Amino acid sequence: MLRDAWLVATKDLQIEWRSRVTFSQVVPFAGLVLVLFGFALDANRPVLLQATSGLFWVTVMFVSTLAVQRSTSIETTDGARRALLLAGIEPAAVFVGKSIAVAVQLFVVEIVLLAGVVVLYSADVEAWGLVFSTCLVATVGIAAAGTLLGALVAGVRARETVLPILLLPVLAPVLIGATRAFDDALGSVAVDGWSWLGLLAGFGVINVVLGALSYGVLLEET
Amino acid sequence: MSIVSLQGVVALLGRFPALAGVDLEVGESEVVLVQGPNGAGKSTLLRVCAGLLRIESGRAEVLGHDLVTDRAAVRRSVGLLGHDTALYDDLTVEENLRFWARASRVEDDAVPAALDRLGVAERLRDVAVRNLSAGQRRRTALAAVVVRRPRLWLLDEPHSGLDQGGRDLVDQVILDAASAGATVMLASHELDRTLDLATRHLTVAGGTITSDERGSRNPGGHDAA
Repeated sequence: MLRDAWLVATKDLQIEWRSRVTFSQVVPFAGLVLVLFGFALDANRPVLLQATSGLFWVTVMFVSTLAVQRSTSIETTDGARRALLLAGIEPAAVFVGKSIAVAVQLFVVEIVLLAGVVVLYSADVEAWGLVFSTCLVATVGIAAAGTLLGALVAGVRARETVLPILLLPVLAPVLIGATRAFDDALGSVAVDGWSWLGLLAGFGVINVVLGALSYGVLLEET
Repeated sequence: MSIVSLQGVVALLGRFPALAGVDLEVGESEVVLVQGPNGAGKSTLLRVCAGLLRIESGRAEVLGHDLVTDRAAVRRSVGLLGHDTALYDDLTVEENLRFWARASRVEDDAVPAALDRLGVAERLRDVAVRNLSAGQRRRTALAAVVVRRPRLWLLDEPHSGLDQGGRDLVDQVILDAASAGATVMLASHELDRTLDLATRHLTVAGGTITSDERGSRNPGGHDAA
């Protein structure tokens, strides 16, 4: 299974590298959202600093819908989803592989966004370990939930609009947990960020297990 | 040995009965031409045989595997060329075929041989699939089926979009597969060409098989005449 998951992940990342969608569209979009938030709140600098964690993760949520849509369309554009079934790859391996590819892309975007909030918002990171752990754990949950819902809406005609409507509410626990953990890491609110990391880890585990178990059903044609 | 065995098979597309009680036995090395008007159920029949479409009722076995309880085994053993090419636009021709070869547990060595077989020029192998012509794309998709060396080939309009040379190559690939012991089912509207290849000739209409006639060749490759 790991071999197949790696095969799918490297294929998706190779496609992403070739198409440059992440670098030419997703990263600029994320940067733009960050700048616009900055424009909206710059007049009240303390509010901007206090809201930095939330703005960071809201931007990540927006970006995740783009990354998941892209990941889903790779398989639906020319019938590759059907060919994956015929190839005999375990659906769980397809799920894990696609989740890994989405997670890698999101992690890259988060690194760029992190630099953005430090430079644009003058955010002061007090705990880099907590910041990177939060990004890592939250990204796993976002990628797993996104990949799962991406497969769920793959056969829906208006999936581009349906996906965000389904995905964003599902990701609400990540938004809350990751924002709290970042609040601690940036020193903007006195909370225990590591305990919020536990919530994120739980969310990630649930979605990885759920996805691995149910992805086969979602890949099937009706 | 029966390669495909369908008894009273009903399959739905949404609520529409695309197959409405199909009985069919197909043996080894047969080349079965499936023809009929648009919407008759030809593609649906191939998808059912590939284990991609669930059957609502009836009994079905493909390559000795039950199509209800053991669909995964069926899928691993068949090769399907559908209307879609199942190729990734941003990968090159070779990268696509290597991916599908590895996914199907086939050695990479089979890839150049399959591309040679389908006449995909060397200079095109490092080209992204998005830059291929429709015909070259079709050849590459068929090469992906060749790579798998399936026991049952399911080809839906395999000549579509190909030039004369490509059509001749497809015919030869079909004949070679059958003479190597594989079974081929092909849906086609090109009767002039495909009738000469077929050992059997099915007509499908309204989701049922309305005629089942012997073709111009015998299983094994000899002309029936």
